[in-house]
Amino acid sequence: MSDVQRYPVLPTQVDARSESFGANHQQAKTALAALHAALDEAKAGGGEKYVERHRSRGKLLPRERIEGLLDRDSYFLEIGALTGYRMKGEPPGTAVVGGVGLVSGVECLVVASEATMKGGAVTPMSLEKTGRLAEIAEENHLVGVSLIESAGADLPNQDQIFVRGGGGFRSLTQRSKNRIPTVCLVFGSSTAGGAYLPGMSDYVVMVKNQAQVYLAGPPLVKMATGEDSEHEELGGARMHSSVSGVSDYLAEDELDALRLGREIVAHLDWRKEVPTPREVEEPVHDPEELLGIATHDVRIPFDQREVIARIVDGSRFSEFKPLYGSTLVCGWAHIHGFPVGILANNGTLFSESANKGAQFIQLCNHSHTPLLFLQNTTGFMVGKKYEQEGIIKNGAKLINAVSNSTVPAITIMTGSSYGAGNYGMAGRAFHPRFLFTWPNHHIAVMGGKQLAGVLDIIQRQSASKKGIEVDEQKLGVMKAMTEQMIEKQSTALYATARLWDDGIIDPRDTRAVVAISLSAAYNAPVVGTTSWGTFRH
Amino acid sequence: MLIANRGEIARRIQRTCREMGIETVAVFSDADAEMPFVREADRAIRIGPAPSRESYLKVEAILDAAKRTGADAIHPGYGFLAENADFARAVKDAGLIFVGPTPEAIDAMGRKREAKALVAEAGVPVVPGYAGSEQDADTLGAEAAKIGYPVLLKASAGGGGKGMKRVDSAEGLADAIESAKREAKSGFGDDTLILEKYVERPRHVEIQIFGDAHGNVVHLHERECSIQRRHQKILEESPSPALDAELRARMGEAAVAAGKAIGYQNAGTVEFILAEDGAFYFLEVNTRLQVEHPVTEAITGLDLVRLQLRVAAGHALPFTQSAVPRHGAALEARVYAEDPASGHLPQTGVIRDWFLPELAGVRVDAGVETGTSVGVHYDPMLAKIITSGVDREEARVRMVHALRALSVQGLVTNRELLLAILEHPAYVQGALHTHFLDHHAIAAAPPSEASMRRALVAALLFDRHHRVERADLPRLAGFRNNPFSPQSVTYRVGDAEHALSYGDAPLLFRHIAGSVTVDGAHARVLEVSGSDAHGTIRLEFDGEIFLARVTAYEDRRFVHQLGDSLAFRVLPRFPRKEIERPAGACIAPMPGTVVRVDVAVGDEVNAGQRLLVLEAMKMEHTLNAPSDGKVESLAVVVGDQVEADAILAVIASD
Repeated sequence: MSDVQRYPVLPTQVDARSESFGANHQQAKTALAALHAALDEAKAGGGEKYVERHRSRGKLLPRERIEGLLDRDSYFLEIGALTGYRMKGEPPGTAVVGGVGLVSGVECLVVASEATMKGGAVTPMSLEKTGRLAEIAEENHLVGVSLIESAGADLPNQDQIFVRGGGGFRSLTQRSKNRIPTVCLVFGSSTAGGAYLPGMSDYVVMVKNQAQVYLAGPPLVKMATGEDSEHEELGGARMHSSVSGVSDYLAEDELDALRLGREIVAHLDWRKEVPTPREVEEPVHDPEELLGIATHDVRIPFDQREVIARIVDGSRFSEFKPLYGSTLVCGWAHIHGFPVGILANNGTLFSESANKGAQFIQLCNHSHTPLLFLQNTTGFMVGKKYEQEGIIKNGAKLINAVSNSTVPAITIMTGSSYGAGNYGMAGRAFHPRFLFTWPNHHIAVMGGKQLAGVLDIIQRQSASKKGIEVDEQKLGVMKAMTEQMIEKQSTALYATARLWDDGIIDPRDTRAVVAISLSAAYNAPVVGTTSWGTFRH
Repeated sequence: MLIANRGEIARRIQRTCREMGIETVAVFSDADAEMPFVREADRAIRIGPAPSRESYLKVEAILDAAKRTGADAIHPGYGFLAENADFARAVKDAGLIFVGPTPEAIDAMGRKREAKALVAEAGVPVVPGYAGSEQDADTLGAEAAKIGYPVLLKASAGGGGKGMKRVDSAEGLADAIESAKREAKSGFGDDTLILEKYVERPRHVEIQIFGDAHGNVVHLHERECSIQRRHQKILEESPSPALDAELRARMGEAAVAAGKAIGYQNAGTVEFILAEDGAFYFLEVNTRLQVEHPVTEAITGLDLVRLQLRVAAGHALPFTQSAVPRHGAALEARVYAEDPASGHLPQTGVIRDWFLPELAGVRVDAGVETGTSVGVHYDPMLAKIITSGVDREEARVRMVHALRALSVQGLVTNRELLLAILEHPAYVQGALHTHFLDHHAIAAAPPSEASMRRALVAALLFDRHHRVERADLPRLAGFRNNPFSPQSVTYRVGDAEHALSYGDAPLLFRHIAGSVTVDGAHARVLEVSGSDAHGTIRLEFDGEIFLARVTAYEDRRFVHQLGDSLAFRVLPRFPRKEIERPAGACIAPMPGTVVRVDVAVGDEVNAGQRLLVLEAMKMEHTLNAPSDGKVESLAVVVGDQVEADAILAVIASD
């Protein structure tokens, strides 16, 4: 063994018998139960009746198709399982199931239509979700496998779908150009716009007597040209496989289609540039304890080193600038053998913490090290002293570094994400490769109480300027309502429904989720940058 | 030393030769080129095709090999040419040493009836009988009375039990003679009968003898070989539980007397049957090293092959009768590739796993190893396991332990039958006789449900371990952030299918590396070694930790754990859908409309002749006769809509 200096093992101050640990743990369990209830709702598909009808036709459910496609014992990191959850007009999960898993040993981005929900029709949020899944495939160079059975656009909502929807096809063909192939397995109908999914994929398999792919079905053909036609001759799997050439392989049945899909991926001879590390040390400190560490009240901080100690290999962490800018913990560690530079909030960001973070991101880019952001911040510090210190230009440095960094970044929302802290710590708009949320998470421009308070002050100032009396009762009601609305919009479930993240995870799964994310990211070259926007010194 | 034999005995002789500094030559047939005995020999000569008649029985080929390699001596082993006097003579004539008795002794003992007379003269008891020419009922009756009932009536010209009659008393004799004569006449065209004493529940006890060129003959105690199937030994032991010191001495003396009567040199075995009353009768002399010689080696501490080579080189025996050692007890079990459940039918195939750990008091003489192909050309004995102990019970317990530990996979063997015998109360008590197996209706016990489950789980986790180790993020095997359904593998055991489902603990929603729930019980892999095709796994399942050997060959899995060797198959995840179609069927390649039918039921058609035309996708598809024959059925008329894969017509070919 080479004489490489190993990182020290982080100590822990966590007392699993303490009152606060017990309270956090209790709250986490409650939140996880709510999460699983929501996930069960999404997994139930279009409900018993439609699931039964689907099965009676000898068809597999989308998750069954995915399980059949994946390698035995593969992991599967589902993305956006709760997209559209409790949103008007949106089925939970938006009739699309997607995620990252192994097919014939290759990490693939798998997308499956949920035909038991509105016939698998595309809703505005499912468009968002498929867009996000395509983005994952594009950024991380993941082979795509689409398991199609979709009625096409949800016609009543066509105004929100039609124009933007074209982007999916553009992305598909651009990925193809960039040698990121997509394999399309058609299990059912794939009409109109949907017909271009197989049409633009690199490989197409159609299931005999099930797949129906046409620009227009028999009724529309009749309307358009007066021609009478049968489904099979218009767009049957056999016709497309033997006559039109839209399909490359004719599958005998669903299992045969999955087998063919696996065979196609096998012959892509896909190889990652960096092989998966084999030396893996489990954390010394028990990841179970994460439930008792994370607080559910944003006002109560927790030490991110306790989190790091439970997600990194051997709980080993090489901390950078430990005595400087202490509200941003920076340092190096490994997760399932992958090197990673971690930035974790231990409170409000100050000028020093922002400068430290910007420098750290530069260093990681220079060494081609992926970044892991652990967000728990109420934002940048405000006040006379801090403005005069240049908190704006220093915060801008951090945001500049995050924006221009080219190594993969993974962001985990571990508590709160308020204000520009969200930006400086690789929030959604800063394109981390993956972003996952803990159930205790809160996200908003600022806390509900603060926001309501700010509105209150502004109202009063405006009233006094105009010289009118403040209606205390009206203002009180408005303040309470604002606070309530912000609180509701700040929750993890609200956020995940809107695809502000890639999903809510059990904090104890963080290590696994980050590892799969990193592994997926390594399908694309991991190369840091040396060029940045202007830093204002 | 050229060893004119194969398999375990060739390796056995090589071992002693190596110890004595003698180079060895193996001869081998086309079928045996990859066998261990060929690889382990100093030199190896191909002597012919697989059938023994064209290789191991071909004297000239063997002598040529000896000449080519400059061998000084030939050891014939057992079987093949071992008891062929002409071969012994030819070896001598070629100026080589034949490791065995003189051709004369082989000849003398090969003629069974004369051999019997010869040893009887020397005072060795033979089975009382009558083989005279007087065939009248009175003479036969008087002779039967002299022999003592029960007696056996046999056709003089016969064999194979035909015309054999057991007679228990004088009253039944006349009738028995009449029917035996009738059967003998019809069966062999000769109604001459012979009478022999019928020995009830006989034991087979044999004495190992050794003679040298200086006129010395000693015996090396007895071996009891009563446990037989199809008149062939499968379990042997020494001492015999039926012998006391006095009887042992008497039988030993008789054997030495027989040996001296023919001036016996080298190793030989005098076989007796032993009656329940302690009377023993000469059967024959085997003029070779016996399969079961290791039993004698175990109780005497002698190396019989070394002794053979010394004697063959002209040395005198290094000990006298009184100095022949004897310690403890020993057993030998012969492991055969045969199926006890189907009349001990020999089995062929490739041994996918052969493994027996080093165990105290256990010797293994094996001719095979993992990967050895067992064919139809030779005896299906794979190996002999020899155990010894301070007494019979210790040797027996060690044998049970060794046989349980033996992993032999890929073909059916008698391993389980041997275990069933060894654990039978009558065997434990030493109450043996040559009809033991039939008498006690001994059959191998099928593995228990629990054992089968353990084996399946071991195979499942073994495969999973290797699959996962090759994949990305092995420690995250099966991880789901949104758990859906467990993984599942289906195995076929015999005709039954067993589906195992496994995954993360279902109630916890938690992924814990290395830990998995199988069939609702907790399982954990502790250690895996070897390759994905051949290795061991130590695992915990349902609260028990055990070690299993797993061999994977294509879809077959072989698992040996806790004494059971089990075999099963992994069913494919994606079974290829076979479209069932009768021979001669004419199938619709796609849905369409029948637009033309050219034939009628009963028409004779030629292969390629047009039967009908289908219109589909606006195109006409002609369907032709798949073969010559007669139109057996026709399912459609013009205008019919047909589904894809529908059978439209069937042509019966003669």
